Amino acid sequence: MPAIEAWDLTKVYNGSLVAVDHISMSVGEGEIFGFLGPNGAGKTTTIKLLSTLLKPTSGHARVAGYDVVREPDRVRRSIGIVFQDPALDDQLTGRENLDFHARIYGLSRGERDRRIREVLELVGLEGEAGQLVKNYSGGMRRRLEIARGLMHYPRVLFLDEPTLGLDVQTRRAIWDYILKLNRDEGITILLTTHYMEEAEYLSDRIAIIDHGRIIVVDSPGNLRNTVGNDVITVGCGSCERLRLRLEGIDWVRKVILHDDTLEVYVREGEDKIPVIVRIAEEEDVDVTSISLRKPSLEDVYLHYTGSTIRGDGAGSSGEVKPMAGRWLRR
Amino acid sequence: MNGNADLQAIYVLWLRQMKRFIRARSRLIANIVQPFFFLTVFGFGFSSFRFGLDLNYMDFLAPGMITMSVVFSSIFAGVSVIWDRQFGFLKEVLVAPVSRLTIAFGQTLGGSTIAVAQGLIVLGISLLLGVKVNPLGILPALAFMALTAFSSASLGLTIASRLEDFHGFQLIMNLLIMPLIFLSSAFFPIQSAPAWMKTVMLLNPLTYAVDGLRGWLIGASAIPIYVDLAALATLSLTLTTISAIAFSRCEV
Repeated sequence: MPAIEAWDLTKVYNGSLVAVDHISMSVGEGEIFGFLGPNGAGKTTTIKLLSTLLKPTSGHARVAGYDVVREPDRVRRSIGIVFQDPALDDQLTGRENLDFHARIYGLSRGERDRRIREVLELVGLEGEAGQLVKNYSGGMRRRLEIARGLMHYPRVLFLDEPTLGLDVQTRRAIWDYILKLNRDEGITILLTTHYMEEAEYLSDRIAIIDHGRIIVVDSPGNLRNTVGNDVITVGCGSCERLRLRLEGIDWVRKVILHDDTLEVYVREGEDKIPVIVRIAEEEDVDVTSISLRKPSLEDVYLHYTGSTIRGDGAGSSGEVKPMAGRWLRR
Repeated sequence: MNGNADLQAIYVLWLRQMKRFIRARSRLIANIVQPFFFLTVFGFGFSSFRFGLDLNYMDFLAPGMITMSVVFSSIFAGVSVIWDRQFGFLKEVLVAPVSRLTIAFGQTLGGSTIAVAQGLIVLGISLLLGVKVNPLGILPALAFMALTAFSSASLGLTIASRLEDFHGFQLIMNLLIMPLIFLSSAFFPIQSAPAWMKTVMLLNPLTYAVDGLRGWLIGASAIPIYVDLAALATLSLTLTTISAIAFSRCEV
């Protein structure tokens, strides 16, 4: 049974603003599923719908096997959430925040003490648990919130922009916690982010979401492959000769000659590097350097969200529109 | 619904407010200074006035100031939900597997407890200032304070469910709560007011809170105490129901 399922889930605010537009999806048990999209794409609203904080305008969803509209209490018992904005009481200590959570989720006394110890250890806050949260740094607050979201053994954990506004080291540490959780506790995780590298590092599958719609869902690797070619950059002595030879090969999609480098567009570039080196030897061309660049998720993202712009009729050329304008607009 | 889990949730919502109250000393001090100020300035300043009553003005004033303190404190506790919304904690509460009714009750209970504690502190100040209190009346007076607190905390929660931020709250305090306090016989007896104002005062639910408290503590109520009790209990029940409905409808 999938951990999260949605059929045509839709949320319309005030009768006109469509925040979530017929989203259908299925997330398997133990999967880390990433929602990638710009601000205002509908990621947070989708999480609010799935976590019963909002009621859908139409459509259905089941989380941990329970219907979000008809069985909200059961859904709430099965999920943990880390909100985009902090949701801690900073007048309480870290431990008191956890104790509040444990009690309001109905954990027994023994369970409470044990579980508080466990989750504090998991996020490495044992030493700071007795301090008021108002003295915590941003990273400590996040870790406390993640710990809190796990207290009641949720089967599904929602992480809404888990590392927004955190520094690089803290972000990396939190990523590792997330992967550890998924591995050790087998929790299904749905996370939203607008950081490319975050989605790529963490997710088994990624849904690119824009204008409240899921545009594409696939593994980060497949997404990269569907879009772009790998680019092999060859530094060479007599590039022109190599270019002529390469252009005749069917698996070479495009070759661009710069002064003393060649850009070769291919698929599965790592397999093609030795072949290109061998051809260069046959042609008696000196290879001074060689490098491979895989298409990034950013290219994928531009490809898909860019095609939405064209779909809207805002542009007609084959070129992908620059993203800057779109980000500013939101 | 699991009764034990609900009790646990109510307890922890109550406990949280107690902890916050004890830690926020400035709020405690602010809520005590004002009644203390009123009691000393008006109590001593008007000490030769009798308003046609056989009472020391300080004795007359004390129950009014206790009520004022209870009302302010509990309304503020109810309204603090706005604060929770702004700082995000409300989401943590609303996404928990407990009913809104339970949350509203825990919130109101916590606010009321704090308010009654403040009322008792003002009572203590009154005693220090020489107010003569009937010791047997203190326990029933506590019940009056509790009902007043529950009503006001519910009113605060209702306001909080409808307001996005604190801007509207000041307006409500100035345009609604202050006139209710002034026209509640906290500062002057109903008997000395002109007829039209008497009518207004008798329509003001706070009048019954102040009058009942004065009856138990000083032995000088203008209205029969059972009428006070009935009015206050009705108010409390009505406002609690309204707040539960309003709170269950609010979204984050």
